[in-house]
Amino acid sequence: MSEKPIAEMSFEEAMGALEAVVTQLERGEVALEQSIALYERGAALKAHCAAKLKDAEEKVELIRAQEGRAVGTTPVEGL
Amino acid sequence: MDLFEDPPAQPGNQPEYTVSELSGAVKRVIEGEFGLVRVRGEVGRVSRPASGHLYFDLKDDRSVIAAISWKGQVAKMQTRPEEGMEVVATGRMTTFPGQSKYQLIVEDVAPAGAGALMAMLEKRRAALQAEGLFDPARKKPIPFLPGVIGVVTSPSGAVIRDILHRLRDRFPRRVLIWPVAVQGQACAPEVAAAIRGFNALPEGGAIPRPDLIIVARGGGSLEDLWGFNEEIVVRAAAASAIPLISAVGHETDTTLIDFASDRRAPTPTAAAEMAVPVRLELLAAVDGLGARIGTATVRGLGLRGQRLRDLSRALPRPETLTGTAAQRFDTAVQRLGGALGMAVARKRAAFEARGAGLRPEALRGLIARRGDRLEAQGARLLAALARRQERAVAAQDNWASRLAPALARLLARASGDIAVGRGRLDLLGQRLDAAPGRRLAQLAERLEATDRMRLTLGYRETLKRGYAVVRGDGAVVTGKADAERAAVLEIEFSDGRLVVGGGPAKPARGRKAGGPDQGSLF
Repeated sequence: MSEKPIAEMSFEEAMGALEAVVTQLERGEVALEQSIALYERGAALKAHCAAKLKDAEEKVELIRAQEGRAVGTTPVEGL
Repeated sequence: MDLFEDPPAQPGNQPEYTVSELSGAVKRVIEGEFGLVRVRGEVGRVSRPASGHLYFDLKDDRSVIAAISWKGQVAKMQTRPEEGMEVVATGRMTTFPGQSKYQLIVEDVAPAGAGALMAMLEKRRAALQAEGLFDPARKKPIPFLPGVIGVVTSPSGAVIRDILHRLRDRFPRRVLIWPVAVQGQACAPEVAAAIRGFNALPEGGAIPRPDLIIVARGGGSLEDLWGFNEEIVVRAAAASAIPLISAVGHETDTTLIDFASDRRAPTPTAAAEMAVPVRLELLAAVDGLGARIGTATVRGLGLRGQRLRDLSRALPRPETLTGTAAQRFDTAVQRLGGALGMAVARKRAAFEARGAGLRPEALRGLIARRGDRLEAQGARLLAALARRQERAVAAQDNWASRLAPALARLLARASGDIAVGRGRLDLLGQRLDAAPGRRLAQLAERLEATDRMRLTLGYRETLKRGYAVVRGDGAVVTGKADAERAAVLEIEFSDGRLVVGGGPAKPARGRKAGGPDQGSLF
């Protein structure tokens, strides 16, 4: 498992990795020791995915532009 | 009044104009008559020099009118005349006296009907496609879960509301709205600038760089949406490094930005759906996967345990492994005795079958036949031997008769050689006998002379003549002073040594000293 650390994964990457782990485990072709390691990795991936999903906050801002460049933002309410 | 003053120069009563007067008169007539006209025609050659004014021709199948739009008018135009375009131009007629030309000053140009506009759109689309801007290989994948979404649209109106509402339902995200005009003259440059502006945001800057851009506008007429057909918008969308979803108009409206975007959404709401997944579904999916990991692991362990139990049950007892072999062995032992008897019986039968043919009569007959053949051969052999002997005797006689004279010749030559050899041998023998005798006599003579010389030179001969050697403390004494100093003196005569004073001299020391000092006596 020489992939990038779970903490750096995007949601989609973590989700894909989690699915791969589940598939491997369900197919039951892995060695016993490896299945334990896979279980732990799966748990970590699941926690990472759940954290990403929890982080779902709406924030709407309006760009202030000058001559085609964004120079700041103004929060928008009530849209 | 001129009529009377200059009658010969006037062929009739026609007034005489200068060129400028006439040109001015024509100009007044034309401008007065055609102060505001709308002309329908096809746009011919178009040129726009650095001055910014636009010169073009309007034509139909028979006639051409030169047309001009001044720089300020061009800027306000909704539609730019392009060659081949069917337009209705609005303006006024005027003349250009310097070239005797009349021309139309065009204030506005409108495509002549939807068909013409569509034709122009199609032409532009084909040109941009030929450039490769719509190449499927350029399309970037839309991120699965963008962190920040940039929306290019009008900040007021239903569109942004629809998008935010749908995002909120699915997966609330951070949204940056870049406000633009979505119709009219300002639309295209603002939309293009917004797309470029989002792309210009640095990663990790104060304003977050969006992971996805949505360019959105509600439905409208072809003219309303025209800004999204403009080349600068299409090029900005194609050049965007950030994945871009276009959602302009209703499902049936297609604008050129849709071809250049990475994904086309039929409506702004659909764009929001493409932008983010449904959070609750993902939560459920993640939970489901987590549960499946647990189940799979437990089941995997259970299966292994079961398999282990099954295998250990299936392991056979040692007796069953050896049983078959033991039984085979026993059977073989039982069969061994009978088999030996049978084998002997079989060999005997074979022997008797062969032995039956071996009868004395047969042998005797064979011997008699061989005996006859032997006798016949023996008779032939004797005859042959007799013949052979006769031939041999004859040959021998022949050789013997030639041998005797040859031998006699050989003997004669040999006795001659022997006589010569014997003579030389005698001579050499005589020389040999004489040589050693002479040499020995010479050597004996030299030896004797040398010995005589030795005896004469030795000090012992001198002793015989009455001299003596005196030694003191082992060393030879040759003067009185040395003799007085010595504790013991030893005198050697020819017939022995005499010690004077002290004890007798040590013979070993005396002999040792005598050798090297011998020379001093002479």
